[in-house]
Amino acid sequence: MGILNVITYIPLIGALVILFFVNRNNARAIRVVATATAVIDFLVSLWLWPNFDRAATGVKMWQFRETYNWIPSLGVKYDFGIDGISLLLVLLTTFMGIIAVVSSYTAIHHREKEYYTLLLMLQTGMIGTFCALDFFLFYVFWEIMLVPMYFIIGIWGGARKLYAAIKFFLYTLAGSVLMLLSILALYFFNDGGISFLNIKGLGNPGTFSVLQFHEIGHLIPPSLQFWIFLGFFFGFAIKVPMFPFHTWLPDAHVEAPTAGSIILAAVLLKMGTYGFVRFALPILPDATKQLLVPIVVLSLIGIVYGALVSLVQKDMKKLVAYSSVSHLGFVMLGMFALNPMGLRGSVLQMINHGISTGALFLLVGFIYERRHTRLIADYGGLAKQMPVFAALFLVAALSSMGLPALNGFIGEFTILLGAANSTAFGTMSYAVIAAIGIVLGAAYLLWLYQRVFWGPLDNPENAKVSDVNRRELGLMLALIALMIWIGVYPKPLFDVLEKPVDYIVQKVEPTYFDKQPLTYPAAAEHREVAAK
Amino acid sequence: MTWGDALFLLPELVLALGASLLLIAPVSGRGGARVSESSAKWAMLVLLAVTAVSVFLTSWGVQNITPTRGFRAMFAFDGFSIFFKLLFLVVMALVTLLSDGYLRGTRYSGWEYYSLLAFALCGMFFMVSGIHLATIYIGLELMSLSSYILAGYFKNEQKSTEAAMKYFVLGAVSSAILLYGISLIYGVTGTLNLLGIANAMSTLVTNDALMFGIMMLGAGLCFKIAAAPFHVWTPDVYEGAPTPVTAFLSTASKTAAFAIFARIFYVGVHHFRLDWQYVLAIVAALSMILGNFAAITQDNVKRMLAYSSIGHAGYVLLGIIAVSEMGLRGILVYSVVYVFATLGIWATVLMLQQQEYAGERVDDFEGLHRRAPFWAFAMVVFLLSLGGIPPTAGFIGKYFLFYAAVGAGFGWLAVIAVLMSAVSMFFYFRLVMAMYLREGREDPIPAQGSLRLVAAVCLLVTLLFGVLPSPLIDQARISGRWVASRAAMLTPNGR
Repeated sequence: MGILNVITYIPLIGALVILFFVNRNNARAIRVVATATAVIDFLVSLWLWPNFDRAATGVKMWQFRETYNWIPSLGVKYDFGIDGISLLLVLLTTFMGIIAVVSSYTAIHHREKEYYTLLLMLQTGMIGTFCALDFFLFYVFWEIMLVPMYFIIGIWGGARKLYAAIKFFLYTLAGSVLMLLSILALYFFNDGGISFLNIKGLGNPGTFSVLQFHEIGHLIPPSLQFWIFLGFFFGFAIKVPMFPFHTWLPDAHVEAPTAGSIILAAVLLKMGTYGFVRFALPILPDATKQLLVPIVVLSLIGIVYGALVSLVQKDMKKLVAYSSVSHLGFVMLGMFALNPMGLRGSVLQMINHGISTGALFLLVGFIYERRHTRLIADYGGLAKQMPVFAALFLVAALSSMGLPALNGFIGEFTILLGAANSTAFGTMSYAVIAAIGIVLGAAYLLWLYQRVFWGPLDNPENAKVSDVNRRELGLMLALIALMIWIGVYPKPLFDVLEKPVDYIVQKVEPTYFDKQPLTYPAAAEHREVAAK
Repeated sequence: MTWGDALFLLPELVLALGASLLLIAPVSGRGGARVSESSAKWAMLVLLAVTAVSVFLTSWGVQNITPTRGFRAMFAFDGFSIFFKLLFLVVMALVTLLSDGYLRGTRYSGWEYYSLLAFALCGMFFMVSGIHLATIYIGLELMSLSSYILAGYFKNEQKSTEAAMKYFVLGAVSSAILLYGISLIYGVTGTLNLLGIANAMSTLVTNDALMFGIMMLGAGLCFKIAAAPFHVWTPDVYEGAPTPVTAFLSTASKTAAFAIFARIFYVGVHHFRLDWQYVLAIVAALSMILGNFAAITQDNVKRMLAYSSIGHAGYVLLGIIAVSEMGLRGILVYSVVYVFATLGIWATVLMLQQQEYAGERVDDFEGLHRRAPFWAFAMVVFLLSLGGIPPTAGFIGKYFLFYAAVGAGFGWLAVIAVLMSAVSMFFYFRLVMAMYLREGREDPIPAQGSLRLVAAVCLLVTLLFGVLPSPLIDQARISGRWVASRAAMLTPNGR
């Protein structure tokens, strides 16, 4: 058992402890076990941070590797390992796990035992997905995540929870089964090919190893790449969610309990973008370039559309949900710039979005617990009644809209730089359109803030609410500390990302580092490596 | 046939003898007194155990399978048949446990019921061992005739007799079609042995009589596995038949039909696969689409599962269409995972039926998570398995079938299959929704011994093979080796 397995299965063990050893009426004990599990898991995962070798390249870039035979006759291995991208996402997951558990203390009043069990199981599924280096294993974890989330939305959700839960489930499932077919096609190409379609395989032993697919990806004929990419696209784009596939997201977010929304926004949506970064781009470089323009156009539509729809929302949670569509559009845009700058910004923005949007959902959850309404019209002048809450909300909103010195700015700025410089785009116009999204982002968040916190405190209901308590303050301060850290000193994160991002760029654009020798220093290193 | 050959028939002989004994057992008491009903279950279980021992005993003997005349041209005792025989024995034991409590709540005798089950099982044994169309047909008829009676076993209930009547009439027609196909194939090739047919076909070019024969054969078999458009009997029969009989029809009986379908098409007529693959592909696509979409609108659980079983027939057809080693392995693996998940669901339905004479409607499952937590959890696992969600065994089964379809170049069919399995989650999750997401009655349901045992076994198998599928996969590879090797030898015409 290596460290990654420990991190993955600690939540599962905690879930089993709750399931079998804690009485269902003892809510306090259930919370204690769940919190302890989440905290221990986070502390253990922190161990990865100092022990991660940031300079490693090639196959050594995948660290803390553990490989066991799982289903030998199919070539399926139980293969765990993380690079810098996975590292950040694993840390984000374990961290948000604590936030999700602690934020549920007062939000969840019935069936606590099942709730915390499911929440911890979900945690295991998510960490496993980020660690898996075998496609079969990845798919198993990917699907395992669905079921707990379905129950979390469906049991503890709002008024239309049944509809939202099944919609979430079916949308994601439909996408992921198509991804399964793409995985199979990769397997066949690596193995014996598909004689029926006159596709010659490479004749390698059958495997689902992601690293092996990275090696052979560029050998796949572009026509086949196109179809495989399409399968991946449906699987990941629904999860992101990209523009025409986003309709499940507002429903799921609005109906889910606070912790469900936090996990959904912070981690589950990242599964889609992570899938693109980890699989679609490096394995299918030709198809990536072939489909670049449609995907970027969809991302831009997502950015602008998400922001415009956010502007007109009456429900705070729905507003934040649509803002996710806009933010994830940025992530996709940076990724498909296909240069190190854009990709780094893209991965960093995944983390940022998790923190900022997670914080916004948390805050909306706080106020919902007090007033049981999320309609903006029910509020006004809250800053007088809840000054601390107002301050916290302001920081979270500013971080989300990308104010300098907070995390959102770093991500969005890097993405825009990457998009503007992108040779793959060949035009500045994409970056310009995306910049409109930033302006609109400031508009809907500030307008929301204005309507909720300023003006007269004219609703008598609002005059009775209490300000945040210590538990809530602690949660938010932890998130804000991260926002400021990333906003002021993002270098440690960029350091972790440097090698993996270069690796992906090299896979997609093998000649990138030859063409642009002076973009940034890492390119020199790459040429040295290539020369050897 | 020699006395030595009779050794290979030992399991079938034991079953036939045992079934006859079960029939006369109740009147064998002293002075004509009836033997008590409660011992019927035990008698059946003992018979199954003895049969299992005899299967193991005979499996020590090695037998050549030849296309020449005589016993060995009719009856094979290969890994394929042993695999299915052992599966049937386990399934029958579980069906027996399911039936016991149910029958005792009624005025119908258990002895004749178990006797009919044993006769059906004997027929299934002949089916999976048959490598001669006559053997297969006779086995099929023995199974079918027993099933018709079983479906109408509650002879005073209108629904049950109606189901039996429909099943019988349509079943007889389909048998006739099958027989017609067999006779046409015999007319062209001059033999009924599957190897002989394959040999004869390898020298033939496509001709109408042969194609017609193969299509008739396929149509008859599609009726037996309930594939669209030969599926219309399924919902009515599943709904009307006594629930344990439905459990038997949807698992053992259906699996036996899968087995002979695979055996005939892999060993016998694989030579013309380019001609029948596309026809079966359309049948498979229709079954998956129709079965899964029709199931969405059903409020009766028995009908819902009937339609879903039509969809599952479509999935299994993927393995047959592929005509490959992986396809056959998929059929074997899928049979196992499908059977255990389905039996588990029937156990849950029966549990509700016996407790409160409910369980047929989706609404009856409301609040089950509070009333019977174990059953609700087990039910979720079974439904996930049928839907093919990891880490349940159903995923492994579906994986093989999709793999086989993609590998055989039927990518479009695989796309339909995966999308339909997403659709199927919609109605499977209607039950999950009722059990966990809706609050219903709160009174706990008392534990029930034998039903609980069935559910526990099914749960264990479903989870175990989901997480550690290697033993099942390897066994399927070994068991299917001979049949798959026949299909691999083919020399496709026209290419």
